[in-house]
Amino acid sequence: MSNFEYALAPESTAILNIAPQYGLFIGGKFVDSKSQQFFSTINPATEKVISQISLATEADVDFAVASARTAYNKVWSKLSAAERGKYLFRIARILQERAREFAVLETLDNGKPIRESRDVDVPLSAAHFFYHAGWADKLSHAGFGSDPKPHGVVAQIIPWNFPLLMLAWKVAPALATGNTVVLKPAETTPMTALLFAEVCQQAGLPDGVVNIVTGDGSTGALLVNHPDVDKIAFTGSTSVGKAIARAVSGTKKSLTLELGGKAANIVFDDAPIDETVEGIVNGIFFNQGHVCCAGSRLLVQENVSDQILEKLKHRMSQIRVGDPMDKNTDLGAINSSEQLARINELANSGDAEGAERWSPACELPTTGFWYPPTIFTGVTQAHRIAREEIFGPVLSVLTFRTPQEAIEKANNTPYGLSAGVWSDKGSRILWASQRLRAGVIWANTFNKFDPASPFGGYKESGWGREGGRHGLAAYVKGGK
Amino acid sequence: MRIDVKKTYKLYIGGAFPRSESGRVYEINDAEGNFLANPSLASRKDLRDSVVSARNAFGGWSGATEYNRGQVLYRVAELMEGRTFQFAEEIAALEGVNFKNAKSQVEAAIDCWVWYAGWCDKIASVSGSTNSVSGPFYNFTVPESLGVVGIFAGQQSALLGLVAGLAPVLTGGNTAVVIASEKYPLPAITLSEVLATSDVPAGVVNILTGSSAELAPWLGSHMDIDGIDLSGLSKKEEAEVRLAGVENLKRIFRFNDSNSLARVQAFMENKTVWHPIGV
Repeated sequence: MSNFEYALAPESTAILNIAPQYGLFIGGKFVDSKSQQFFSTINPATEKVISQISLATEADVDFAVASARTAYNKVWSKLSAAERGKYLFRIARILQERAREFAVLETLDNGKPIRESRDVDVPLSAAHFFYHAGWADKLSHAGFGSDPKPHGVVAQIIPWNFPLLMLAWKVAPALATGNTVVLKPAETTPMTALLFAEVCQQAGLPDGVVNIVTGDGSTGALLVNHPDVDKIAFTGSTSVGKAIARAVSGTKKSLTLELGGKAANIVFDDAPIDETVEGIVNGIFFNQGHVCCAGSRLLVQENVSDQILEKLKHRMSQIRVGDPMDKNTDLGAINSSEQLARINELANSGDAEGAERWSPACELPTTGFWYPPTIFTGVTQAHRIAREEIFGPVLSVLTFRTPQEAIEKANNTPYGLSAGVWSDKGSRILWASQRLRAGVIWANTFNKFDPASPFGGYKESGWGREGGRHGLAAYVKGGK
Repeated sequence: MRIDVKKTYKLYIGGAFPRSESGRVYEINDAEGNFLANPSLASRKDLRDSVVSARNAFGGWSGATEYNRGQVLYRVAELMEGRTFQFAEEIAALEGVNFKNAKSQVEAAIDCWVWYAGWCDKIASVSGSTNSVSGPFYNFTVPESLGVVGIFAGQQSALLGLVAGLAPVLTGGNTAVVIASEKYPLPAITLSEVLATSDVPAGVVNILTGSSAELAPWLGSHMDIDGIDLSGLSKKEEAEVRLAGVENLKRIFRFNDSNSLARVQAFMENKTVWHPIGV
């Protein structure tokens, strides 16, 4: 443990104004769900209920899609692209104005450290709207023909790991290209999406252009199978992504998918050690490892592995686990008891299959869902913890001798979302970057995101890209 | 009177011309019903062998410089030009069109190769980007070859539909397994003779003749195929291939146009690379 004692530095939640229950956001208004069924969303750090959330059922989804269709036909498709863009600029600005409120609410509902929601999730979300706002009236320059057309009504289903940021990744490009949206936030993290509905109202966004239906997987399935949805965009697990792809395989619906990963983070023996160790920590412990592109397989060149592991363990013992609302916290709460169970199950398989587990001594809170930062050494490619996405703060360490072996091990996965390369040698970085079969390569850095930078995977990590010029393809007809 | 020396039409797999391992053939007649040839009726095993060849050839072809790929594709056009008469005769016999029409189809196919040959070293400039990220990073996106692509060549034309599907796939640095037009398979095999002698490495293109419907489910479900061009497959069989293709999330497309950049882009992956800027 560190000798430094930190004073408590909790962010106040006084800025929040949370209703005891929420309806659905359809046609520009909060409306009661037809079913009048509710579920609780809880703070995963305390297990206390935050609010009661409506469960959208078939009639609600029908209503939301119909509202999106009407808004598309009557308003949104008739608005000039420049005016459309101005609404996105407005949304970006309001997100910036209400940034603190969003950050606190995100941390409350998700369990991620306030430092991350404040410095990453919320500013990046605003940046996504600002970036895409500018595209709205420049689409003829985007490489999809002189007058690219929107799909119409887009259904968007997002995960719980970056609730507001994933909303921004989905909603901003969809609106910029002229589509209307029905968005379903994740069951465990609906709060910031519901607050975003207020932002749409404040921005004066025409009714029905953005509709938000809360619920569980059944709500998502209704949305996917709705006959009046033209396009589906999904971020989540590969198994659910495949189920969606099967469901739409016989239809005219367009589909983009951003799915799981098992990223290799490759450390060559000439890598700058201290920066690399910081990068490894950021790669796997950022957002509790609830990151599809997390650097969850560390591939270290054998002759430096002892040195790297020693420094890594020292660095891991500085990680502060605990109250997500505390500004000094590095590793917050696991998002749900279900996710904690999944992490436990996979990590236990690591023990059972013969890998060696190590975690720093750290005290975990007694309520809420927690997992200590953990590494496994002696991992082989056959181990489940080297093959399956854990989606938690658990790092599997493998070694290699030659650069060729590193590439082969890195690519030995059905996933292909991201990879990391650490080396001081430019030619080696470019050589490795060319050969890694992954959509995002972080060289001497990790887990960097930007609205201008296309993100998305090779192989079973998905279809399409999000962000940048390439991300627009998902939301225009015939975009490749 | 001299008796013609007729050609045995075989498959093209891994740079060789094997018969189907199944020993099966099917009869092809000309438009008037006269016997033309007994091309191979390819089996599932032939398909699997083709995928192995295509996968083995992928590293070399995708790793070649784009300038080199462009020259090889241009070489295909050069060698086709010298066989214009042979292709046109086959097309005329199969499709029942006159020689002039058949010849213009061959010329269009040759020009299609030339068009794509010129694209190879320009895709990255048009399709890639440097991205202005908010921080001290150099960030760029480059298109990369997808992998092994299965192509259902257009059914209604003997040559042009095949070239329209194959040329863009090769332009992007992919390797291909092609199911030729079922009714009009002969020019596909003649094309493979061109490919075999025009510096296209063995295994980069593999051409099967036979039943699209029989091979479609195996192609759709093969876990080492990364993308599929459905253009020559009936709508009826399309749904089954799409469903099977979900298992490894194949990139599956159908096209209506030829000479289109979108056909190249469809079978490429965009890779984004970040690197810090600093001293």
